Amino acid sequence: MEHNYLKLKPVGDRALSIELGTEIEESVNIRVTELSRRIAAARPPGILEVVPAFTSLLVYYDPLQTDYSRLQILITSLAVDSTRTAGRSGKLVEIPVCYGGRYGEDLSFVARHAGLTEKEVIKIHSGRDYRIFMLGFLPGFPYLGGLDERLVTPRLDSPRNRIPAGSVGIGGAQTGIYPLASPGGWRLIGRTPLKLFQPDQPDRILYEAGDIIRFVPVDDRDYEMG
Amino acid sequence: MEVCNAGLLTTVQDIGRTGYASRGFRENGACDKHAMRLANMLAGNEPDRTAVLECTFQGPVLRFSSDTVIAVTGADMEPAVNGQQIPRYTACPVKAGDVLKLHTAVYGLRAYLAVAGGFLVSPVMGSYSTDLQCGLGGFHGRALQEGDILETQEKASARLAGRSISAAAPWLRQPSNPYRIMGDSRTVMLRVVPGPQEDAFTTEGLQTFERNLFCLTANSDRMACKLEGPPIETKNGSDIISDGIVEGSVQIAADGQPIVMLADHQTTGGYAKIGTVISVDIPALAQLKPGEYVAFKFVEYEEALRAYRHEQSKLDEIKKSWEGRNE
Repeated sequence: MEHNYLKLKPVGDRALSIELGTEIEESVNIRVTELSRRIAAARPPGILEVVPAFTSLLVYYDPLQTDYSRLQILITSLAVDSTRTAGRSGKLVEIPVCYGGRYGEDLSFVARHAGLTEKEVIKIHSGRDYRIFMLGFLPGFPYLGGLDERLVTPRLDSPRNRIPAGSVGIGGAQTGIYPLASPGGWRLIGRTPLKLFQPDQPDRILYEAGDIIRFVPVDDRDYEMG
Repeated sequence: MEVCNAGLLTTVQDIGRTGYASRGFRENGACDKHAMRLANMLAGNEPDRTAVLECTFQGPVLRFSSDTVIAVTGADMEPAVNGQQIPRYTACPVKAGDVLKLHTAVYGLRAYLAVAGGFLVSPVMGSYSTDLQCGLGGFHGRALQEGDILETQEKASARLAGRSISAAAPWLRQPSNPYRIMGDSRTVMLRVVPGPQEDAFTTEGLQTFERNLFCLTANSDRMACKLEGPPIETKNGSDIISDGIVEGSVQIAADGQPIVMLADHQTTGGYAKIGTVISVDIPALAQLKPGEYVAFKFVEYEEALRAYRHEQSKLDEIKKSWEGRNE
């Protein structure tokens, strides 16, 4: 991937999209995070919010205060050298997970599908760190990069109506956590006792795009103690 | 104010929740923001950040517990107080004990009720809007139910008398939407700024989008208008690397059918977006009922921006004229 790929497009009259690459790659996502920080730091008038995604950013603005061409000039200049990060890497967030049993009813399926034992699946899944490429779908739902190829498992044919909050799952080549109960089609391999979403403090999300997640296996008793 | 009958789907809304999409929170807010703003302005409220009720297709029955002034805008639900029809788009005084009934919509889908001073609910992350998916905001994070009691702000409202937007001035009641005339029927035409993935479609696909009518399906809700028409051809399928989406984003699903996002849309999506419906045309879409048709027309970004600013100055003028007269 080219290091200075940059494509801006209007998204209607109150947002614009900035594409920094065409493949899901860590190097592209690092540029996304960096540019997002630079825009936030520059605080240009009229910008309401920056939403980072895998390879792109969405910027909301107030059309009464600014417009696409003004922002195009500004963002193009901010994007220069965005591979050179300010040196601030994302924070590491440890997520305790009780794998298998009643907390991860699809663990045995994932193991069978991979030709591995359940123990091996747990070891592989918790044995590496995952970059949060973006948050989406639900408040605090992290899209993580870097799932071991051996654990790639197809989604359920028909989604479950209700997946409990805290469920950790695998959907195709992705792994992630459901911060609140919702319908979903991913294979559930475990659950975290951490409260990732609290209705009385909804904006308190433990992590953001660019942070690193590490799953730490815990047993039933640890889970119950929270 | 007491809810005697909640209607089909009645929720507390305002302009929506901004600043939290990067953490996965939806925008929410009124689907027809123009009608919501007018309701608030008629009731003497700040237009964007005052809580109103959004009533869907079958309206609620509400009993007021104090004297106040109300305004009903948007869909025509033939509002009546104590059985007596009241004018829409007009500030109407009501007394304690009065019962307001909104009937089934004879025109449009969503009506907005504002009271002088607004409905008193606790803001969540800067907004009164209800997030039905996450159970956040509005009235206990849910649609209204029979027996609910909503507090309203006590507010001197004598100066609101006479505020009205005449039915004879439809261009003031609604943003100025273009229409496509076909035979005797007028179809709502939605102006669309192309992209960001218009390159994912064949020339024929882009023409299919612009030259046909699309029917609103019953599967539509506050999250999205799901449309049906001739399938829109892509070059290599409609899957993209998920990116941010906005209200008005027109995703083309795997089956070639358009999905236009409304207020409760997710923050990201994985289907190619052929374009974005311009802000001032979204109210017309939000008022469509299942079975009704829309057409699309590509426009330049500059036209969208001009239309946005023009609508805002129109609202400012209406506001100024009322405030000037009553001072």
